Amino acid sequence: MITCPTAAELREGLDRFDRLDDGDGRHAFLARVADNARALLAREAELGAAAEAGEQARLSALLGRDGDVQTLNRLLCEALAAGTLSPTDPAVMAHLRATAIDRIAIDQPTYCGLEALLVTRA
Amino acid sequence: MDIAAALARLAPRLSVSATSARNAHRLSGGASLETWAFDLDDGTPLILRRRPDNAPPRDTAQPLAHEAALIRAAAATGAPVPVVVHVCEPSDGLGEAYVMGRLEGETLGKRIVRGAAFETVRQGLAHRCGQVLARIHATPPETLPALTTSDALGELARYEAIYRQTEAWRPTFEAAFRQLERLAPRSDQPVLVHGDFRNGNLMIHPTGGLVGVLDWELAHLGDPAEDLGWICVNSWRFGQWRKPVGGFGDYQALLDGYAEAGGGEIPLSRLQFWQALGSLKWGVMCLMMYASFATGADPSIERAMIGRRVSETEIDLVHLLEVMA
Repeated sequence: MITCPTAAELREGLDRFDRLDDGDGRHAFLARVADNARALLAREAELGAAAEAGEQARLSALLGRDGDVQTLNRLLCEALAAGTLSPTDPAVMAHLRATAIDRIAIDQPTYCGLEALLVTRA
Repeated sequence: MDIAAALARLAPRLSVSATSARNAHRLSGGASLETWAFDLDDGTPLILRRRPDNAPPRDTAQPLAHEAALIRAAAATGAPVPVVVHVCEPSDGLGEAYVMGRLEGETLGKRIVRGAAFETVRQGLAHRCGQVLARIHATPPETLPALTTSDALGELARYEAIYRQTEAWRPTFEAAFRQLERLAPRSDQPVLVHGDFRNGNLMIHPTGGLVGVLDWELAHLGDPAEDLGWICVNSWRFGQWRKPVGGFGDYQALLDGYAEAGGGEIPLSRLQFWQALGSLKWGVMCLMMYASFATGADPSIERAMIGRRVSETEIDLVHLLEVMA
């Protein structure tokens, strides 16, 4: 599950936005943000499950154990903090790369950092 | 508080030929500081920077009188900055504030990197940014107000503490904190660092180029490469990722301009260390802003969505960790 915010939190934020009066000047700006949020939720509905399955499989392989994505992510963070896994370990870097690529496809598919990452590696 | 009336009363002290002020209106932007544009009746265009009444204290923000003092100190070394006209006193009725000249030009990064009007100045802009940073960094420390000092390891520790408070578990951030700790450059003599030198805080004129460095709120003493790295963070290239300096120029032009103006030779690796730390800092800030949604302090959809900009900094960090490996 993608967090910070979760899809449920985004829907809650959208519901609150939809109940606002459209009188003030900030409303036009928030309306564009709300449109972006709806488009993001649609992408997450389409791509989220596959992205999570891939992330979980990679984390399991990296850490040598099973668990849900939240637990495994926490364990990876703890292993990096403790130094039992190195941030320059090729397997760690490959996992972070794949996760970032899947995540940006949901959160912000037009972000230019994706092209920068893909092009300069090639 | 009636800002327009207070400015009208203050007008004769801002210009010898003025008797009143007009057109006072608040500009959009900063939540921690208010920016007002206004004109004197003799035609002088001015800006008021003031701390909002009952503003929550921020540990990184300095008093506005300090900000005004260091803009004056940077001006004395030849850096392009607005002219500080007046630092407000309690009797002015404007609270903590100062008045400066209003420059003509554009600050919107998207227009600066794409607009046809800026095509000519874009060519030399990265080089010019390097020159200007060399001037800022050369400001004699004894002319500055009291400022905090920080170095690479100190900044990393400060942002790691904030990250821990958010209780988010982001392996890319964890990897970046650990790798940047290993690569952290040792501090030489700390210099005046602007702290927010990026496309968006630079006043660019279609023919005059960089005419003013704005928003000195985060100025401190530190590593000169911090400013050079910050303007290269991908989040403020406005889609023009092939132009690392603000979306308008190349690394080498920035470094050459810096060295030619007496700033010294800075290796690209040191700049990119600070660029990566910049992405990491922006990522942690996005998490913090999301936290204000999660706690209900600011339940707007905008605060929720900024949490999903964390992945933008993660993809940039993955890229930089590969480049630096």
